[in-house]
Amino acid sequence: MTLHRKAAVTGIGETKYSKGSGMSDRELQLQAVERAIADAGINRDEIDGIIPSPHGNGFTSEGFNEHLGLKRLAFSATVHFGGANGLTAMHAATMAVASGSARHVLVVAGRNGYSGTKISARPQLLQANFEATREFESPFGATVPMHFYALMAQRMMHLYGTTSRQLGMVAVTERAHALLNDNAIMQAPLSIEEHQQSRMLVDPLHLFDCCIESDGAAAYIVSAADAARDCRNTPTWVLGIAEGHPDSPSSIVTRSDTLRSGIGIAAPYALKMAGITPHDLQAAMLYDPFSFLVILQLEALGYCKTGEGGPFVESGGIALDGALPTNTHGGLLSQAHSVAGINHLCEAVRQLRGTAGKAQVDLSGPVVVTGNGDFGDGAVAVLSNS
Amino acid sequence: MASKPIPQPSEASLPYWEACRSHELRIQRCLQCGSLIHYPKLRCPTDGSDQFEWALMSGLGAVHSFVIPRRAFHPGFKDEVPHVIAIVELDEGVRVLTNIVGADPADVRAGMRVTLEWDDNAGEYPLAKFKPIVGGHA
Repeated sequence: MTLHRKAAVTGIGETKYSKGSGMSDRELQLQAVERAIADAGINRDEIDGIIPSPHGNGFTSEGFNEHLGLKRLAFSATVHFGGANGLTAMHAATMAVASGSARHVLVVAGRNGYSGTKISARPQLLQANFEATREFESPFGATVPMHFYALMAQRMMHLYGTTSRQLGMVAVTERAHALLNDNAIMQAPLSIEEHQQSRMLVDPLHLFDCCIESDGAAAYIVSAADAARDCRNTPTWVLGIAEGHPDSPSSIVTRSDTLRSGIGIAAPYALKMAGITPHDLQAAMLYDPFSFLVILQLEALGYCKTGEGGPFVESGGIALDGALPTNTHGGLLSQAHSVAGINHLCEAVRQLRGTAGKAQVDLSGPVVVTGNGDFGDGAVAVLSNS
Repeated sequence: MASKPIPQPSEASLPYWEACRSHELRIQRCLQCGSLIHYPKLRCPTDGSDQFEWALMSGLGAVHSFVIPRRAFHPGFKDEVPHVIAIVELDEGVRVLTNIVGADPADVRAGMRVTLEWDDNAGEYPLAKFKPIVGGHA
């Protein structure tokens, strides 16, 4: 059995993204959930599956069961792949509804990643959770994800001649998209000169190569094919979905190929399931904690040849009028980062429905969404409304 | 001054750290298939064996990638930045996370040849750091 067209995203919901929500993680999550349920046009007690988030201080599935007054919770799972959770959860939810174990699975993530436990407080979490990092990497000063991702960026620049300006064009393009989005945190224009002059945090990564931290939550509902047709909106079909896990999932240092992580492993499976080639893609929502990962993913997806992602971005390829409009919501770099990449999925659904507002692009084909967690677990989804 | 994170050996890695005490860089090697394994593991990822030796490395290698933190993200490194954090590929083929010492960070390049330099000021276990080989090149 394949998961092709066995499930659809029928509802999406996001809170306001901010730097200071004034709400608890739980309240944020409930708001996002209520919006997703309203968007799907179902009653909340029709939710019979839940995949909660292990990050932050939100609800477990038991908590949602109680606070939403669910009548028959039939399926629950928790995934543990950091920023890939938004899509590894979709993988699990798609399997649950395809098998008949559930009809409407709710996926939610969100927290006060700015005003609460900051996203950048991950060093302490790395110390606690990642044995290899604690033992063999942090004694040398490599204590935060930025150190390891900067090592990837430098390797890419060394091998392919990718330039800091090309990295900067990712940030500049995404900022231009954020300016069209009322729910994006960064609302000041960004020029390539400002990127180049911004503070170097971990050379070769400048301040504007790095994602923001935010408060906020997001949720979506995955419904079985027959159940999706009864929902309020045109279903967003899951054409293809796959996970990828590299040979050293907890360390970028000892990975057999420094530049090949889970997304590159998952991509061919997701595209094959969808029955498309990379050039059939009409837009991309790529997980972007650091600017260079967008370039690397354009290559990992097979959209650009190896080493050609940088020039593609520099020539305007990911802009709204480019060949592959990318992160049209502003991404983690300029919209928000506290929802395990569910904001990327929400934007893909809006683009496919034609409700992306000022950032709407003219779509005739599928959209790809990616997620990357911790040190390289990845997931890829291909979605379409037709 | 805040202290730096110090190595806490696991059941798989204790021989690595004990060798460091004698200034020997030893990497786990599977006795069955001969493959080098880093970081240390309880089973050989290639063939599942649990029989290992600890192979002495030459201490020579090349910079695979490197970065220069301009600010400290951990208070223990406040007096050290900017410094060079690097992945070094040993000539035996294993990659390690380390620091490049004895060089101006601005002069470090990917491909640069380096040799082992023990840091005895890191606590209980010396740390295997690397310095450029004078006259060495990619």
